[in-house]
Amino acid sequence: MATAEKPKAVQQKSDVILEYLRPKKKFPSVWCAGCGNGVVMSAIIRAIDKLGLSKDNVAMVSGIGCTSRMPVYLDFNSLHTTHGRALAFATGVKHAQPKMKVIVITGDGDALAIGGNHFIHACRRNIDITTILINNSIYGMTGGQGSPTTPGGAFSTTTPYGNAENNFDPCDLAIAAGASYVGRGTVYHAPQLEKTIMQAIEHNGFSLVEAISNCHTYYGRLNRRGDAVAMIKWYKERSVTTAKAAKMSPDELDGKYVIGTLRHDKEATEFCDQYQRLVDAQQGGN
Amino acid sequence: MQGNLACVQGAIYAGLQFYAGYPITPSTEVAEGCARELPKLGGRFIQMEDEIASMAAIVGASVSGLKSMTATSGPGYSLMQENIGYAYMTETPCVVVNVQRGGPSTGLPTKISQSDTMQARWGTHGDYTAIAVAPSTVGDTLTETIRAFNLAERFRTPVTVLLDEVIGHQRELISLPQPGEFQVHNRTKPTVKPEEFEPFAAATRGVSPMPAYREGYRYNVTGLTHDSMGFATADTNEITNKLDKLRNKIMDYKSEITLLRTAMMDDADIAFVSYGTVSRAALLAVALAREAGVKVGCVQLYTVWPFPVDELRDYCSRCSKIIVPELNMGQLVHEVRRNLPPDTEIHGLQRYDGEILTPMQLLKKLEEVM
Repeated sequence: MATAEKPKAVQQKSDVILEYLRPKKKFPSVWCAGCGNGVVMSAIIRAIDKLGLSKDNVAMVSGIGCTSRMPVYLDFNSLHTTHGRALAFATGVKHAQPKMKVIVITGDGDALAIGGNHFIHACRRNIDITTILINNSIYGMTGGQGSPTTPGGAFSTTTPYGNAENNFDPCDLAIAAGASYVGRGTVYHAPQLEKTIMQAIEHNGFSLVEAISNCHTYYGRLNRRGDAVAMIKWYKERSVTTAKAAKMSPDELDGKYVIGTLRHDKEATEFCDQYQRLVDAQQGGN
Repeated sequence: MQGNLACVQGAIYAGLQFYAGYPITPSTEVAEGCARELPKLGGRFIQMEDEIASMAAIVGASVSGLKSMTATSGPGYSLMQENIGYAYMTETPCVVVNVQRGGPSTGLPTKISQSDTMQARWGTHGDYTAIAVAPSTVGDTLTETIRAFNLAERFRTPVTVLLDEVIGHQRELISLPQPGEFQVHNRTKPTVKPEEFEPFAAATRGVSPMPAYREGYRYNVTGLTHDSMGFATADTNEITNKLDKLRNKIMDYKSEITLLRTAMMDDADIAFVSYGTVSRAALLAVALAREAGVKVGCVQLYTVWPFPVDELRDYCSRCSKIIVPELNMGQLVHEVRRNLPPDTEIHGLQRYDGEILTPMQLLKKLEEVM
């Protein structure tokens, strides 16, 4: 398509994205057409661009799953690791290179099932890693199995008669475990998601951004939620801002996605800073 | 000094800057030593939530540019295996110390064993070539740990240090090396422009240079089978090239890796072949048997993997009988058997009740086979 056909605003926005895509990586991506991962990737790129981070100073770490393929497409120091362990690898990166911005890209299965232990301990340490958790409530790469965020009663290939288990709320879990920044967005609310990601990256301490996203290919099909557009509309209709949510009763909030900043503790001690103080004290001969 | 602490001293001498670990008997003193010493040197220590995370963290730190190590035992070594495989695939230098204890499962946490001999070679899934070194004294533990770091950095691969509960915990008098006494190898850095850099090519003596983070080379690291640029591939030639490289970068330079020591082998008709604590019993048994006029010698493997086939054949060329004493149900003996000429009589001597093999037990076996 000739670029002249595009409205100017769209053209400029695409240019920002292209600047951060790896020139040598083969496209298209592994993601299905309409996958919410693209929206989140775009929000991350725009956030990083607005913050003016140097590409060399960003490490993007991921585990296994559809979401975890994202760093491979992007022109940062990318570490595509083993299933569930991204935060443990990222902890090594950040502790070794405390000046780096370390961003973990993960999914609900990767972060909360196989990686659940690393998730709560990274929160507890309050190590300065930004985790973008794309939550589509299902395993996409392996073909639609139930995950720790699949709601009770929902269908997947491993819950063919409805899910008998309860689901995690990743944000509640992170807050309880000690994360000092927690925010949520959806793929419908892309500008708000971008803003939340910017805040998370700027925050010194462990930050989690949960991005509610559509897997129409599996979750949508198995739960009769329709195509990508129908699912994204669902998120629009069921999202409330933190300001609105504050005025709502628990009953009214049932089944809603509260979006915005859920926790922002600027005073919490960050792990690498604290370790550096301890190193300085030892080297000072104390 | 205790063996586990000699390991820490060796690691620091070799340039250790990052340690991640999880407490487990009988390796815990390695973590404790690093927790104490690394901050004084500006290094980094972290106690992770488990051994899976420990292995992950040292790979993350090594890719970032720091020399890294972890130490563990028994169940912890099993938990690390998947991420050790990640280090093989991503060609990330790191050192994994396994202070062996009895298994399977929780097994014998405070007892000696050599039952991870094969796990050090075949522990993670898939095809790869492993390097494992094995000291037999506290002094050796220091120097073999230095060697493990040098090999890891030179070959861009994880290297296992096979200790055991007795070496780890026993105390012996050792002298700490002076700066410059032992060579320390650091990974080579790329000199080409970032856009020309191929992070996983067999560029120089089997491996590519390896930049640290923040040095301008933003390459991709993945556990997926990848091409020389680090991107996942389904191309049959590229897949073959990658797996061949993981083998060839080590096997083509095996002479740089192999280390054996021998005693009384010049005229020996019979040889003990062993490693670690057991080889100390073998040395004493040989000395005693020689007093009685028996032509017996001893080969000590300091490099267990890759198995030193050629050197062992050479040393044992005039031996008609080989005894392989080991603290497991028979692992090393199979490797000796399949690599020595078929007319050599190979006898195993195994103990797996948590106690050491004594020189007397070795002498008794010697009498049996004579």
